[in-house]
Amino acid sequence: MDARDIFIQISYLVASVLFILGLKGMTAPDKARGGMGLAALGMLVAVIGTLLNAQIIGFTWIIVGLVAGSAIGAAISIWMPMTAVPQRTAISHAFGALAATLVGIEHYHYHLAQLQEGLSHVEMAALGFEVMFGSLTITGSFMAFGKLQGFIPSAPMTYKFQNQSNIGLFCVAVLLFITLVVVPSTAAIHPVLFYLMVVVGIVVGVLIVLPIGGADMPVVISLLNSYAGLASSATGFALQNNVLIIAGALDGASGFILSILMSRAMNRSFGNVLFGAFGGAAAGGPAAAQSSEGRTVRSITVDDAAIQLAYARHVIVIPGYGMAVAHAQHEVRELAEQIEERGGEVKFAIHPVAGRMPGHMNVLLAEADVPYDKLCEMDDINGEFPRADVALVIGANDVVNPAARTDPSSPIHGMPILNADQAQSIIVLKRSMNPGFAGIENALFYNPKCALLFGDAKSSLAKLVAAVKAA
Amino acid sequence: MANTPFLEMYVFLLAGFLGYQIITRVPALLHTPLMSATNAISGISLVGSLVAAGAGRGAVSTTLGVLAVTAATINVVGGFMITDRMLKMFKRQNKK
Repeated sequence: MDARDIFIQISYLVASVLFILGLKGMTAPDKARGGMGLAALGMLVAVIGTLLNAQIIGFTWIIVGLVAGSAIGAAISIWMPMTAVPQRTAISHAFGALAATLVGIEHYHYHLAQLQEGLSHVEMAALGFEVMFGSLTITGSFMAFGKLQGFIPSAPMTYKFQNQSNIGLFCVAVLLFITLVVVPSTAAIHPVLFYLMVVVGIVVGVLIVLPIGGADMPVVISLLNSYAGLASSATGFALQNNVLIIAGALDGASGFILSILMSRAMNRSFGNVLFGAFGGAAAGGPAAAQSSEGRTVRSITVDDAAIQLAYARHVIVIPGYGMAVAHAQHEVRELAEQIEERGGEVKFAIHPVAGRMPGHMNVLLAEADVPYDKLCEMDDINGEFPRADVALVIGANDVVNPAARTDPSSPIHGMPILNADQAQSIIVLKRSMNPGFAGIENALFYNPKCALLFGDAKSSLAKLVAAVKAA
Repeated sequence: MANTPFLEMYVFLLAGFLGYQIITRVPALLHTPLMSATNAISGISLVGSLVAAGAGRGAVSTTLGVLAVTAATINVVGGFMITDRMLKMFKRQNKK
C-alpha cells in the first residue's frame, strides 16, 4: 500500500464516521441540519479520495457526469413542491439502484473482457446480488413514482394467479443467480445468463408494484429504500470497498425499520410486505356493504362550526392526505392561530401513515410554519382525546375509523387509529360522502357527536378562519 | 485475501446494527427527511462509478460509468438539498 492508497482509505474511514454522525443528528430536530452538513462533508471527502485513485486516467467524462447529475438533482430539489416529496424519493431510489446496477454491469463486462481468469464465486455472488436487487429496484421505484405522480393508475392492478406467477418469476431470478455463482464465469453461457437475470429483475420490479394501491405507498417506498441500500452495499462487496458497504447498510437498515413501522401502523404482517403481495386485500369487499342504511349523518354550517372552535379550550386537528391534496395546510395554520389567539390550545395528531410516505404530513405542516412541538405522534396524543373539546378531522378517513377497534369484520380491524371518537365533539371536513382510500364506510361519521362540514377543505377552512375571527 | 469476504460481512453487519440503533431513535416527525438523507448517503455508489467513468476501460465501460455517475450525483446533490430544505422548515414555537 503506497501513500496514495493509505490516503484514499483514510478518506473512506472519515466519510463513514461522518455519515454515522450525520444520521445521529436526525434523532433530534435541532441537530438534524448540522448532522446533514457533516454527512454532505463525508460525501465530499469520499469523492475527493476516490478521484486520487491511480486507475483514473481521464477526468473529462467524470466531470460531465458530475455536472449533469448536480444540475438535475439541484433543479428537482429546488422546484419541487413539498406535496411531491414522495414521488421524488421514489424516483431517487430508482436513480440510486440504477447507479448500483450500472456499476455492477460495468464491473462484470470489464472483468470478462479484460481479465482471462474470470471472477471468483464470491465476487460473482456479490455482483449477482447487486445487479438483481438493483434491477428490480429500478423498475419497482419507477412504478411507485408513476403511481404517486398519477401517470399510472394508483388503484391496485390484479389478475389471476398474480402471486403464483410473481413468486415463480422470482424463483427464476434466484435460480439464475445460483447458476451464475456455481458455473465458472469463463463459460460461454455465463454472460447470457447474467443479462437474462438483469431482464428478469427488471420485470419482477414492475410486477411487484403493480398490485399495490396508493394507500400502501408508505410501506412500498420504505421497502424500496431498503432494497436500494442493499444494492449499494452489494456494490461495496463486489468492489471490496468498505464505505459503500457501510453507507448501503445504513440505508438498508433505515428502509427496513421504516417499513416495519409502517406495516405495523397499518396492521399488516411484515411477511405480506416482504413479498409485496399486500395490495389485494385493500379492495374492501363485503365489509363495505354494511352501509349507511338506517343511520344518518349530521351536517353543520360554517358558522356553527366556527362558534364551536372559537370557544373551545382544547382542539386536536387531525390532518390527512385530503388536506395535502387541497393544499390547505396554510389555512389550517391560520385557523390554529385564530383559535390560540382566543385562548384555546391546538395540537396536531399525526397518524404514522398519514400522507404518502413516512412522516410526510409533518413536512407539509412544517412548510406551513406549524411549529413542530405542536405535532404529536399517535401514541402520545391518543390519551388526550377525551379531554379535547373538538376533534377537527381534515381530509383523513381510515386513520380515525373506530371500526378498526370495534368491528372484527372490517378490513382495517386491528389497525391502530387516532381516537377522535372520544373527543367531546367531532367536526369532519369532507368533500362528499365517498369513502376514503381503503374504500370502507367510516362509522365515525354516524356518531351522534360528529358533524360534517361538506366542501373543499381549502375553501371551508378559509371560511372557518373568517368566521372564527368574527365570532 | 481469503479473509476479505468475512471481514466485509463483519463491516456490513456492524454497520447495519449501528444503523438500527441510531435509526430507531429518530422521531416519526423526521422520518421523511431521514429517508431522503439515507437516500443521499446511498448515493455513495458514486464512488464506485467514478473509477468506471475515468479509467479509460473502453467505450462501454465509460458510457456505463458516466450514466452511473450522473444517476448517483442526482441522488447525492438532490438528496442533501431537499433534506436541508425540509429541515429548515421545522421550527419550534418559542423561536418564532
